[in-house]
Amino acid sequence: MAEGGPAAPGPSAGRGSRALGNRGVLVSSASTVLFFAMIAVVVALAPGSGVVAERFFDPSHLWQSLVGSEGLPSVLGAFWLNVQIFMFSEVFILILALVIAVVRGIPGPVFFPFRLVAVAYTDLFRGVPLILVLYMIGFGVPGLDLGFISYLPDVAYGVISLVLVYSAYVAEVYRAGIESVHESQNVAARSLGLTRWQSLRFVVLPQAIRRVIPPLLNDFIGLQKDTALVSVLGSIEAARAAQIYGASEFNYASYVVAALLFVLITIPLARFTDRLIARDKRRREAGALA
Amino acid sequence: MRERIILIGLLSAVLLLVGCGGPSAESGSSDSCDMDNPPLFEKDGLTVATDKPAYPPWFKGDPKNYSGYEGDVASEIAGRMDLPIKWTVEPFNKSYAPGAKDFDFDINQITITPEREQAVDFSNGYFDNAQGVLVMKDSPAASAKSVSDLKDLTIGAQVGTTGLDFVNETIKPTADPKVYDSTNDAKSALESGQIDAIVTDLVTTVYLRDFEIDGSAVVGQYPRNEQFGMLFEQGNPLVDCVNQALGEMKSDGTLEELEQKHLQQFLDVPTLEK
Repeated sequence: MAEGGPAAPGPSAGRGSRALGNRGVLVSSASTVLFFAMIAVVVALAPGSGVVAERFFDPSHLWQSLVGSEGLPSVLGAFWLNVQIFMFSEVFILILALVIAVVRGIPGPVFFPFRLVAVAYTDLFRGVPLILVLYMIGFGVPGLDLGFISYLPDVAYGVISLVLVYSAYVAEVYRAGIESVHESQNVAARSLGLTRWQSLRFVVLPQAIRRVIPPLLNDFIGLQKDTALVSVLGSIEAARAAQIYGASEFNYASYVVAALLFVLITIPLARFTDRLIARDKRRREAGALA
Repeated sequence: MRERIILIGLLSAVLLLVGCGGPSAESGSSDSCDMDNPPLFEKDGLTVATDKPAYPPWFKGDPKNYSGYEGDVASEIAGRMDLPIKWTVEPFNKSYAPGAKDFDFDINQITITPEREQAVDFSNGYFDNAQGVLVMKDSPAASAKSVSDLKDLTIGAQVGTTGLDFVNETIKPTADPKVYDSTNDAKSALESGQIDAIVTDLVTTVYLRDFEIDGSAVVGQYPRNEQFGMLFEQGNPLVDCVNQALGEMKSDGTLEELEQKHLQQFLDVPTLEK
């Protein structure tokens, strides 16, 4: 039985205003304006909203904390340290995690101790909170006087801690990817004459990694936030710069600025992840029709 | 895409409106305080806060009944107001934040600054503070005699302290200072060679040198016209009663006695030249 009139367009599903048409855009804009205007009214009428506005959203403090001033670090400048930390860490994490995931899957009784170490590693570093790892490595290792490893800058210990902890999570993600590739792929590769390592490298891993790119990017986004914790070891990154400003000026707009910077850097990555997922889905569905 | 632009535009407009509009907070004025019936946080005693751990020579002994310089000053004030004293814990970093407090006053080597006075109230000063610089004896920093000698060092300080202000405003080191959540962390960093020097209040640096960090030295002190004050919630009328008691302690010599007893050994340090 046919519905009366043309079918109403569904939600935009990534194709935006072209799918909605002009009237749809007007309606969605009007609805959005009304929705946020109501929220703004409720917020503005709340008791203490004036104080909140002054303490968190004052435009001159927002600007001053962003660019810095005499004796106070700039949140934007300090944010560059966060960017460097996560860029650096991510490279090492992706490599170390892959090694752990592969080692964990090596068959054969003679490799049992290796598998054991891999399992113990992931259990240990997924279990210990990052801040404890930072304290133990950042204050403990320098105190041990072990040669060059005890004389690294504190940011290096921060990167080491992040790499140790995140590799444990990412190793499990890789492992899930590897196990999701059907064993028949491996069997077929072996029957064609490839060795176990060749099969892993040319057949299994490419498929496995492609499947887990969304959760990998998810962990990367988490990593970007956790770089803020490296400040306990002394270096001034964005969250610490915001804290210094807040402690000095008693205005917390600096925290809002730091939060916005973190969010702004996450959004392109999140949209990129969405697009990758959609593309991967299209590829797999196209394959099904063939 | 169009909706996204409209959305971002609207959100920014809302944020700006919220930021510019709204009534601003008024600071309360304190009424005077009646010594026989002071306004207390809890009626059955004087609730005094400090940080945990609380270090000598500021605080000594049982956390339910501290002695030490600040412990004795607070106990003496409670005694003069005829009240038992109740100790509670407040981390330093939280103490000078604006808002309601869970104590009558906080005594924790807190310097009176005009910025902090916008958020909280202070009693009159009970101690003149100087900044101290602590280094390890075997580092090149140990030979520093003036502020300019400190410029090339990696200096550590606690966030939100006047020590950090001293580093940023006066020393102005070439490398960024290292900023820690607590003096304890800065102390670990000094011991492990991560930083060349710690800046904190003079008495604490001397205490660390004599009792906590082997092989350390205090290269000098730098007076900054700073005074420690007891910290109250903004607008708390109790300040007047406490100031009255403190005034009596100053005029009858009690405060001087306490300083001699607890702090004298920690103040003999050369002054840094410019």
